[in-house]
Amino acid sequence: MRLLTGNDLKTGVVTWWTGSDWSIHVEDAADVTGSEDETARREEAARRVNAPYAIDAEMQDGVPRPTHIKERVRTLGPTVRPDLTLKPAEPDLGNWVI
Amino acid sequence: MYKYDQYDQAMVDARVEEFRDQARRRLEGKLTEDQFKPLRLMNGLYLQLHAYMLRVAIPYGTLDSRQMHALADIADKYDRGYGHFTTRQNIQYNWIKLEDAADILADLSKVEMHAIQTSGNCIRNISSDHFAGAAADEVVDPRPYAELLRQWSSFHPEFSYLPRKFKIAVIASDTDRAAMRLHDIGIQIVQNDAGDLGAAFYVGGGMGRTPMIAPCINAFVPLDRLVTYAEACLRVYNRYGRRDNKYKARIKILVHELGAEEYARQVEEEFAHMLDQGVEPPFAELERIRTFFEDPLFEADASSDIDRSDPDFALWVDRNTVAHKADGYASAVISLKPVGGIPGDATAEQMRLMADLAKDYSFDELRVMHTQNIVLPHVRKADLHALWTALDEAGLGAPNLDTVEDIIACPGLDYCSLANARSIPVAQRISERFAKTGKTETLGQLKLKISGCINACGHHHAGHIGILGVDRKGVENYQLLLGGSEAEDVSLAKITGPGFDEHGIVDAVETVTTVYEREREDGERFLDTYRRIGMNPFKEALYG
Repeated sequence: MRLLTGNDLKTGVVTWWTGSDWSIHVEDAADVTGSEDETARREEAARRVNAPYAIDAEMQDGVPRPTHIKERVRTLGPTVRPDLTLKPAEPDLGNWVI
Repeated sequence: MYKYDQYDQAMVDARVEEFRDQARRRLEGKLTEDQFKPLRLMNGLYLQLHAYMLRVAIPYGTLDSRQMHALADIADKYDRGYGHFTTRQNIQYNWIKLEDAADILADLSKVEMHAIQTSGNCIRNISSDHFAGAAADEVVDPRPYAELLRQWSSFHPEFSYLPRKFKIAVIASDTDRAAMRLHDIGIQIVQNDAGDLGAAFYVGGGMGRTPMIAPCINAFVPLDRLVTYAEACLRVYNRYGRRDNKYKARIKILVHELGAEEYARQVEEEFAHMLDQGVEPPFAELERIRTFFEDPLFEADASSDIDRSDPDFALWVDRNTVAHKADGYASAVISLKPVGGIPGDATAEQMRLMADLAKDYSFDELRVMHTQNIVLPHVRKADLHALWTALDEAGLGAPNLDTVEDIIACPGLDYCSLANARSIPVAQRISERFAKTGKTETLGQLKLKISGCINACGHHHAGHIGILGVDRKGVENYQLLLGGSEAEDVSLAKITGPGFDEHGIVDAVETVTTVYEREREDGERFLDTYRRIGMNPFKEALYG
């Protein structure tokens, strides 16, 4: 499957296309296979995302997970600062990243 | 230290407002990302793995307590309470919002700082010896020359769009503490037999995917021709540097392909052509700059006695203080490498403490080392214990300068969009391993440097032990290198063989230190033993 990701224009935070909006949680991401270029162009033109691009992903335990390690690190935050990840109270949630 | 005059301040303030307008237009959609990207990069604003990253210049690594306080305030107000000191004496913030960026630059401008030319294909922040002005072995303080070059290179219209980025380092001692010969231009201020000062120019060094040691192209350029000669070096590069291939665009490739002799000939030809064109700034300007770098008022009768009855303090003194040119003083290194910590990171609270300690004990001056530590350059020996006590209480008293725990590590895949592998966790595990085994002290000087990709921000080519993270079919893999040095005995490290996984690389580092312990002769550092016995004993131990 393919996911569309980018950064929020104002804040720079990592975002994922859900099919109708952008979310900071990869679990919300939708498969954009076949529509990635059109969606990326439209959303970037509307300034709802900065520098969007599509990546490979696969379903794991019912949720989408990026295939490449770089994108997996992007999903939650630096592995060396669990206090700065998206869910600092639940550090084990990032076990799938590495 | 140097203080902005009205021209410096006006230039920086104007740039802040220019960028404020550019950012506003980007947020309003009047600029596309393709249009905006080169503009933000010229102001040090990158888009990294998790957010925007701002790189702030610290010219030749020198700053005062007011500036360090401002850096701490930015960390708290606009970022997440910390900053990362880099291998080029700068600081980076990892969690910047575009909508805040112009305000940050305005805050920096209030303390005579900026982020100009910390990215892009231009002349970057001029780096220097972190002990400049304090070192017992320098012929002169190199910072006035670095400042002159900073002023010359700032907004230089001819050199704003070079084939590739361009890095200059200036030192003034035979001991190289700035990796001088691994810069695009390395300048060593030297003194000839007649007592005159001049500049030795080394051109075409660098790390990255094609590491090279800069050859000397002119051993003595008169100092009243320093800028003209530097400009001649740049002109030849700007004219003939490869713009068709990013990977061959650095000056090191040009110098290598032309040959140092031919490149030097072309520089001399350009230099001769430029001599009567008035490129050199008036000597009075250098004299004006020099007045900002006069020695502080050292106490003439400062005591050299140090009470070493506390063994932890004595170890810190032995490890982390360096000889000073003034009797009764030392330069003290604050390690940003606690065991298991993130190399180069400092919290806002730690920055404020270091600023306050600089004010109390070091004539209000701090330095950023390219090895990602902080120096208080002028500390009375009588004050060292009070300084160490305050540092130790704040977790900044690690006695590990130049040891296997004093690891250079780039941000790696935890932060950097260019990285292929994580650097920081490897550094953490190595420091933890050696702290646990207790071998750090017995191994002595051992410079270990880790990069998360071939761009070599972690200087792995120059490590006594270097580690390069690579992507092997989507999995982090680490190559081990041995035998590098960025000091006056400069050399490039060589790869041992097949790489290791993230756990195996820690074992591999321990294995090569075991070979060193077995083979070393009296007084030999790891690097000396490697150079004497060669790679094979290490390879045998690693791969059987």
